[in-house]
Amino acid sequence: MTENAIPINIEHDSRQDSSVVVEMVHLRKSFENNDVLRDINLVINKGENLVILGKSGTGKSVLIKCIVGLVDCDYGSLAIFGKDISQLSEEELIETRKKIGFLFQSAALYDSMSVRENLQFPLRRQQRSISKEKMNSLIKEALENVGLSKAIDKTPAELSGGMRKRLGLARTLILKPEIMLYDEPTTGLDPITSKEISKLILEVQKKYNTSSVIITHDMECARLTADRVIVIKDGMCEAEGSFDELKNSTDAWIRSFFE
Amino acid sequence: MEPKIKIRSITREKIEEDFLASIFGKFFIEVTSLAFFTMRFFKEVLKPPYEFNELLKQSFLIGYKSFPLVGITGFIIGLVFTIQTRPTLDKFGAVSMLPAMVAVSLIREIGPVITGLIFAGKVGSGIGAELSSMKVTEQIDAMQVSGTNPFKFLVVTRVLAATMMLPLLAVLADAVGLLGSFIGVNLRGSVSASFFFLQVFQSLTFSDLLPAIVKTFFFGFAIGLIGCYKGYCANTGTEGVGKAANSAVVFASLLVFLIDMIAVQITSLYQY
Repeated sequence: MTENAIPINIEHDSRQDSSVVVEMVHLRKSFENNDVLRDINLVINKGENLVILGKSGTGKSVLIKCIVGLVDCDYGSLAIFGKDISQLSEEELIETRKKIGFLFQSAALYDSMSVRENLQFPLRRQQRSISKEKMNSLIKEALENVGLSKAIDKTPAELSGGMRKRLGLARTLILKPEIMLYDEPTTGLDPITSKEISKLILEVQKKYNTSSVIITHDMECARLTADRVIVIKDGMCEAEGSFDELKNSTDAWIRSFFE
Repeated sequence: MEPKIKIRSITREKIEEDFLASIFGKFFIEVTSLAFFTMRFFKEVLKPPYEFNELLKQSFLIGYKSFPLVGITGFIIGLVFTIQTRPTLDKFGAVSMLPAMVAVSLIREIGPVITGLIFAGKVGSGIGAELSSMKVTEQIDAMQVSGTNPFKFLVVTRVLAATMMLPLLAVLADAVGLLGSFIGVNLRGSVSASFFFLQVFQSLTFSDLLPAIVKTFFFGFAIGLIGCYKGYCANTGTEGVGKAANSAVVFASLLVFLIDMIAVQITSLYQY
């Protein structure tokens, strides 16, 4: 990204605007000859839940991986908290990542660790001098938030799909991130558990005033959580609006997502 | 007919050329990639913060947990080697040289190499499979996202643990191998422990022991590094896990022989 990075348009520069936490300008990403993201322009505001819709393989996951720096974009600018991430050193990138939470589609739990150790791990990495009492109280709080207090000594293999997702969420929330990225948080879950996860996402937003980006194919989850919805098509933002606006869109292709 | 022959000939040449280019291309890409991986290891190993707790944990898992396997193998090698060598020495009336001969070959060559190969099979494949499955299930990405440097946490600690533990395991294999040899000698004769070990230590010099120990550090480093490289750079998908584990063993075993060959050449320069 560094070679082809372009400066953010000063006229629309939101780096001075504290309400903007993520800003993407003309973002592009290709894998070999496959243009996954072609021209993404997007702003995410503080405390906002942004839902991203789109067909499978349209680059939604790549987009949020760009935000957290797991994937480098080829062209364009991506600013997190007003800092262009292509200009950050490795240490600065690690510091920025500490403010971002990422719930993976598979929850990405550490299989070799118990539920308690899964929560201890990020805490110990980020707060090396944390006392045992403080850590235990944070773990207790995080597990209570997701209703998993009784599973503290279990291993990830002993948990159901829904419990794994909730544990993944607890592990992310324990660091109280300012931005939460959810990659299909309700995929593979029954409707009741999906609704629980969606409500948890809302609770997290209200409790910690986090900004969230939620990738989902679950319209109920989108309806419950979205402040704003964007639809990605062919690597570009095809439509943007509230859930109801897009649901009643005149474009049949966009409406088809909600049917 | 002529154009057809020409076309066939060109096609075959092209295929052969592509085939060779593909083989050499892949080889050089792999070597370059491994070189960058090694350079990154040396860069990260010196840079704080240091992961002492994880290093201790990995040393326990890699070293202590390999003790039984290495011990049993060392014992059997010492025993079998003694039993197999005895008839040949008997022909030349040199059975009294048996403890010395077994000791020199066990400590200089067989102990370190066999331990290296067992270590490559157990630890190299284990690291390759573990890291590649962590990659497939996005656990490495999750670490990165949570502000941890996964290379430092996963790779540096495992390579250091392997480098430190293999020499200890080789010494253990040597010791248990000599015990097996003592039992082997006593299967067809009666030799006291004090006489056997006196002969063993009289036959050994510092120049037998030092190169043998030094090369095990390199074995351990190579096995740890290859295991981590194959696992960390594995392709996504379950197929990648199997490939990573398999190729980690193959390449690590080959490297053990290669390093041994180089070590023997260097040692012989100073000894003769």
